[in-house]
Amino acid sequence: MSVEHNCETCPVHAEMAQLGAAVGAFDRVVALAGNPNTGKSTLFNSLTGLRQHTGNWPGKTVTRAEGGFQFSGVRYKLVDLPGTYSLLSASDDEEVARNFLLFGRPDCTVVVVDASALERNLYLVLQVLEITDRVVVAVNLMDEAKRRGIEVDTRSLARDLGVPAIPVVARTGENMMALLGEVAAVASGETVTQPLRSKGTAAFERAVSKLVPMIEATAPGVPNARWIAIRLLDGDVPVEEALASGRLAELVVRQQKPDARFSRKIALQGAQ
Amino acid sequence: MSESAAVTPGDIVREAAALRRSLDAGFREEVVTSLYGEVERITRRAVQDSGSGPLELDQRIDRVVTSRLFGLPLMLGILAVVFWLTIVGANVPSQMLATAFFWFEDVAAGWFTEVGIPWWITGFIWHGVYRGLAWVISVMLPPMAIFFPLFTILEDLGYLPRVAFNLDYLFKRAGAHGKQALTMAMGFGCNAAGVIATRVIDSPRERLVAILTNNFVPCNGRFPTLIMLATIFVAASFPPAVASLVAAGSVVGIVLVGVAFTLIVSWALSRTVLRGEASAFTLELPPYRRPAMARILYTSLIDRTLFVLWRAIVTAAPAGAVIWLLANISPGGVSLATRTATFLDPLGWAMGLDGVILLAYIIAIPANEIVVPTMLMVYMSQGRMTEMDSMDGLRALLVDEHGWTLLTAVNLMLFSLLHNPCATTIITIYKETLSAKWTAIGALLPLALGFIVTMFTAAVARAVFGF
Repeated sequence: MSVEHNCETCPVHAEMAQLGAAVGAFDRVVALAGNPNTGKSTLFNSLTGLRQHTGNWPGKTVTRAEGGFQFSGVRYKLVDLPGTYSLLSASDDEEVARNFLLFGRPDCTVVVVDASALERNLYLVLQVLEITDRVVVAVNLMDEAKRRGIEVDTRSLARDLGVPAIPVVARTGENMMALLGEVAAVASGETVTQPLRSKGTAAFERAVSKLVPMIEATAPGVPNARWIAIRLLDGDVPVEEALASGRLAELVVRQQKPDARFSRKIALQGAQ
Repeated sequence: MSESAAVTPGDIVREAAALRRSLDAGFREEVVTSLYGEVERITRRAVQDSGSGPLELDQRIDRVVTSRLFGLPLMLGILAVVFWLTIVGANVPSQMLATAFFWFEDVAAGWFTEVGIPWWITGFIWHGVYRGLAWVISVMLPPMAIFFPLFTILEDLGYLPRVAFNLDYLFKRAGAHGKQALTMAMGFGCNAAGVIATRVIDSPRERLVAILTNNFVPCNGRFPTLIMLATIFVAASFPPAVASLVAAGSVVGIVLVGVAFTLIVSWALSRTVLRGEASAFTLELPPYRRPAMARILYTSLIDRTLFVLWRAIVTAAPAGAVIWLLANISPGGVSLATRTATFLDPLGWAMGLDGVILLAYIIAIPANEIVVPTMLMVYMSQGRMTEMDSMDGLRALLVDEHGWTLLTAVNLMLFSLLHNPCATTIITIYKETLSAKWTAIGALLPLALGFIVTMFTAAVARAVFGF
């Protein structure tokens, strides 16, 4: 893959290059999360130039697919996660997404939401915001929403959520450059977000702040001790087990490696 | 920090439990309620819904497409139309390809002979490897090039989740997870992909049921075989006016048999070794979306058609070579192919098939795609060299020289539905279950059913209809 752009004249691709599956050396990691069937894979394909198979049905992506793109001279690894409605339950596909967000330490997470069903999509957004503050919300399928008479005010959304929200149409590539600009700014730390987080009762916050240092002591390097503390207070059994078995620390390391190669190969070959 | 150094994970869990008890009992509901309130507030501020547009059209369509009354018949109708278009459209191009390829085989073999290349090299390359490839391409490429785009359009449109919705209650009654209807639909594309897709099912029990039964629906690799058998043999027994309809109908019939076996086996499994209740789930019906035609053509022609074809070619070339060797190594004057086929004949007869077909299935274990071409090559290598210049010639070869009947064709279709999964799927089952036992069951269960079902239909056909 050539790093130089030989296409100075075309405005759209002037500062962006698809790197396909060549993710050998990259500067930053970007994760794609979202509800099922919101167009994550379409966005993934249009950014990486890969042909991850997309389909108009929920649950099409069950494994992590990885690809690369370059924007303004920075190389990004893009990780397409399975669609999930929440991060609280844990079927295999949801655990793939949740573990990566928790322990993969993406430099930026793009949460793709369906403009026509914003309310339902926002539960996941708020849950992601509990885990990481480096988030950009991509309000996708704006064209479909418009046809249904639905208008989404992304500025109001961004203000309420405390993170950038960009309207896009992944299928046609509309507004992709604006999205990438925000992703770059958040990933580099240039944009500092102020994510909306629920404040519990005083007693609840005291309980959380009691647990956080304990968690940090047993699993050094865990990026989201607060989230884990909240899950433990909630009696989340998989999280308890991960902590007790030492898997929590192991997950932090393992998430940096690619997913099972075989499954990914099948997904990418579009053998479905 | 001296205090925290001694903290163990067990301490943390216990501490969390103690803190949880100390908290107000309603704190969890409070958190959830505040989350809902927050979401509603943000949405109200950001979204303006004038409440018109095609959403209502979607719902009106869904009311018909997923209704108790019309849902299933409509689904069968769509399936039949897809197969009918495939059969009608693939006929002529298939013949043209076959004519061209076999003309070239003769020409090229002629050149080799003229130049003085030994007969066995000519035979091995042109009548072995090349002929295998030629068969695979001419019988598989045209149906795939029509079927896959049609299938992809349905997928892009958002029809497959509706299929799952329609079948949901059947799966629930079989004790299986409703999402199994989705993984089954994916199996129509590729069983290995269908097995991977079962990850969307949370309960291990229901997931295992879905994995073990995925092979009961024919995949992309098997559809061309079914379509070709339906066209050349089943339809040919009927007057030309209705032939293509009968052919399409018989493929739909096979698909229904596959779905029936999926449900029956799921039911049997969840009442015996994988006992349990079906769990509830929500299935979202996505909006209908206008298919992106350029991408559909690309996905279905490059990713699917060429992918399957390439897999077939890679396995067909060595298979062609093996067959040529079996047919031309003749210790004691009888070729190995004939010896093996004769040995398998009694079992083949009991199944309404013959020894050659079983031999072809053994040679074709790596990929289901090449069963029929393999079989044809064995037949041709046995008898006198028939000029294979058309599909009619092919029919004549099988019916006149090898005693094929409608029973043979139907049972071959049934057996191609019910037999062991291809090597890729077996490997995938192992990777997903990490259990040699369940992998073996997943491979052998369909094969055993295939033996039972074909023997049963053969016995009935012989006793009742006098085949």
